[in-house]
Amino acid sequence: MSIAATAGGLPRLLRGLSFGDPAELDSHLEAYGPLPTPRELGSRALVTLVERSGLCGRGGAAFPTATKMRAVRAARGRPIVVANGCESEPLSAKDELLLRELPHLVLDGAALAARAVGADEVIVAFEESNSTARHSLERALAERRAARSDGARVELFVADQRFLSGQETALVSQINGGPAKPTFSPPRPTDRGVRRRPTLINNVETLAQLALIARHGAEWFRELGTEDEPGSRLVTVAGAVNAPGVYEIESATSLRMLLRAAGGTSAELGGLLVGGYFGAWLPAATVGQLDLSRASLARHGAALGCGALVALPESACPVAEAVRIAIYLATETAGQCGPCVHGTAAIARTLHGIAEGRAPSTAFADLERWTAELPGRGACHHPSGLVRFVSTALRTFADQFDEHARRGPCRRCDGDPVLHFPSSALALA
Amino acid sequence: MQIRVNAIGCVGHGLCAELLPEWIRLDQWGYPIINDDAVPAGLEAHARRAARDCPTLALRLERG
Repeated sequence: MSIAATAGGLPRLLRGLSFGDPAELDSHLEAYGPLPTPRELGSRALVTLVERSGLCGRGGAAFPTATKMRAVRAARGRPIVVANGCESEPLSAKDELLLRELPHLVLDGAALAARAVGADEVIVAFEESNSTARHSLERALAERRAARSDGARVELFVADQRFLSGQETALVSQINGGPAKPTFSPPRPTDRGVRRRPTLINNVETLAQLALIARHGAEWFRELGTEDEPGSRLVTVAGAVNAPGVYEIESATSLRMLLRAAGGTSAELGGLLVGGYFGAWLPAATVGQLDLSRASLARHGAALGCGALVALPESACPVAEAVRIAIYLATETAGQCGPCVHGTAAIARTLHGIAEGRAPSTAFADLERWTAELPGRGACHHPSGLVRFVSTALRTFADQFDEHARRGPCRRCDGDPVLHFPSSALALA
Repeated sequence: MQIRVNAIGCVGHGLCAELLPEWIRLDQWGYPIINDDAVPAGLEAHARRAARDCPTLALRLERG
């Protein structure tokens, strides 16, 4: 996996990667400069600054960060901050990169978030499989303790490696000693989360962005991107590109720029998956025209989510790929909500039948009904995410699905899988 | 008033769809599909009854 910069004021977050070992405090400070002290940038001023910057969450939901901070400040009780590095989306690698290579930038952001809401405690959460994060964070924390650079106490939390373990309420549940499963909200974590205290949960990239905004200001942040979607963002590009990896791009840039950042495409494309496994499939023909702005993606029923993108080569069977992932997602249901348990299983089973050429004649009509009925009917977004993935696959690859339903597996079905998921997942396929 | 279901609490008894068929129907597995528009004034009393009588108290009435 390679890491690289693209044009115009970039890299910002990834600037430290060219300064010796940015996991060390000295290199980190050399690359990014010192943080403003609480006297220079107090709690209220910090929230106002975040608001003016227009920073939105980078974990997938793109919720305005200042709004979340204000909700936590307005709630009763001593707040707590959770830095969410549970990158449970298998296609995304940006959070892992930040925790491993730039832990001080994330910890700066976490300290600032604590300052913004008046928290005296920060929990940095990451997945069990991410052992390099633990090592890197422990080293960084030891250095910061020696330098007395943080006001709040920082603890590490190792989360389960499941697709839903990074979901906010599921993460709170785990930290509180419960299962890695979402809970019904309200109460929202901002009102009652970890240890029943108001809890600010921010993705680690969001915190890293905060660390730069505090240093350079809202206007600087807005020099990149658009009015609605300012700043830079990290993306993870995989599939048929010459240099798959994590890249920092300008928000709302074109898809063409993004693919260029990843070294350009390495094969003829059959389609694109935008936004990870809760994302949308788009036809290869959209590459030339598509902007990665919210509005432009929404016209195609897509959103950038956590910034994961896959260029599917023409040589891969889109039906086999989509069906395998639909089965994986169905097995990753938390198993709590009836519509999700039954609906995702029925969708996955029917898709599998189509791919094998042994689906009932009602298969496509059933899928149409289930995908229309399921969104929004779980405690979390799992059913909605799976439906987006499946319905855009059915639309984008309609001919291929039809052909599989009639004739069964094609000669491309046996190729090496392009889309991966953790081998620990209990896949039926 | 809007009706929401706590999908974790709901086990699909289906009583709500009997008490408020104008606003709630069941999917093929017996779980409610709820119209998320505001409940008309004439149905509010029925909505309150459906929420009160749900065996798992999974229906929530939210002021819209």
